[in-house]
Amino acid sequence: MEILRWLNEQLLRMQWLSDLVAWLLGRAGMDPSSRLGGSVHFFIYDTIKIFLLLAVLIFAVSWIQSHFPPERTRRILGGMRGVKANTVGALLGTVTPFCSCSSIPLFIGFTSAGLPLGVTFSFLISSPLVDLASMILLASIFNWTVAIAYVAVGIVLAVAGGTLIGALRMDGEIEAFVTRAPAVDVAPQAMSWRERAAYARDQVIEIVRRVWLYVLIGVGIGAAIHNWIPQDVITTLLGQDKWWAVPVAVLVGVPVYADIFGTLPIAEALVGKGVGLGTVLAFMMAVAALSLPSLIMLKRVVKARLLATFLFIVVAGIVVIGLLFNATASFFT
Amino acid sequence: MRIKILGSGCSKCIMLADNTRRALDNMGRDAEIVKVTDLTEIAMLGVMSTPALAIDDVVVSTGRVLAPKSIEDLILAHDAGLHGNG
Repeated sequence: MEILRWLNEQLLRMQWLSDLVAWLLGRAGMDPSSRLGGSVHFFIYDTIKIFLLLAVLIFAVSWIQSHFPPERTRRILGGMRGVKANTVGALLGTVTPFCSCSSIPLFIGFTSAGLPLGVTFSFLISSPLVDLASMILLASIFNWTVAIAYVAVGIVLAVAGGTLIGALRMDGEIEAFVTRAPAVDVAPQAMSWRERAAYARDQVIEIVRRVWLYVLIGVGIGAAIHNWIPQDVITTLLGQDKWWAVPVAVLVGVPVYADIFGTLPIAEALVGKGVGLGTVLAFMMAVAALSLPSLIMLKRVVKARLLATFLFIVVAGIVVIGLLFNATASFFT
Repeated sequence: MRIKILGSGCSKCIMLADNTRRALDNMGRDAEIVKVTDLTEIAMLGVMSTPALAIDDVVVSTGRVLAPKSIEDLILAHDAGLHGNG
């Protein structure tokens, strides 16, 4: 256990990097325990840590994802019905590569193949919300209990949300051209390990290019919260005893288009200021699961009533999850 | 022969188009290269991850930037398929 803890400290939390940055700042005549020094330390340490973790994790996760192209996911789900289909859909959502730009082809591809609407939504909820990289990053800033709990409730939300949408029988709320799309079964192509490595490398480059700005903004906000915003301001707004903390965090998070990596430094700083774990996780989930661009994309394939239902279910689900985490926070420390 | 590059205009689609041109040059072949950027039109072809490549409206690759050599192989396989059927 000691060894595991040491590995966690050094590999995931990168204590050595924190120490190194503090030492270098000291050499440059800056005191890391001062306010300015602390902000600079947080900014440099967190930026380097997140990009290092990002590169390694995206590479590993993309390698795994290269085994699960959406065409394969569609075939696996093809013969399934009921809650089992929702569950497998949610689980495959965690390992199928996803970006909001692919949600339209995915939606049309799944629907035209005859997958139930609820199963498609289980997939669409879990895919941006839960993936292996975010699980490991959560373990790095909180701990493994929190990371595993996040994945578990994320999948439960995807299964329950999809099942509910399925039960509401809203198949008439899909745009007509989607149902007219022909079911074309494209065979997944075989890949050599060399091709998988090239794919994983390309994914790292593409994702870093897409998220670096959000990460810097996130670290900047995190550094500001960490050292400049007084504790009582934060706790007055988002403290554990405030009933509105979780709903506010979710409402702020929903329209934001950012990667979960960008929210990590903010989450880290908020927890340091005494904000409830559930409030912070609800904020991260809202940012990851929903965004204005992805809703605009979905609007092209579903009608307003279904879109609103989807939005309501996911928002309500995340609020409930946040409240549950806050109520059971002592279990996770 | 007509080759379609399916993708919303991302940098990967441009790379795939470049590699396709290079593959054709290597083979000394000539073909029309068409870029399809409309997401619904792409989805209608059964493609769920871009960039994708279609030869004579048959999707042969999805979600990857293929190297020129891989594209050459796909074109040869397509030729063989044509003769096999004919």
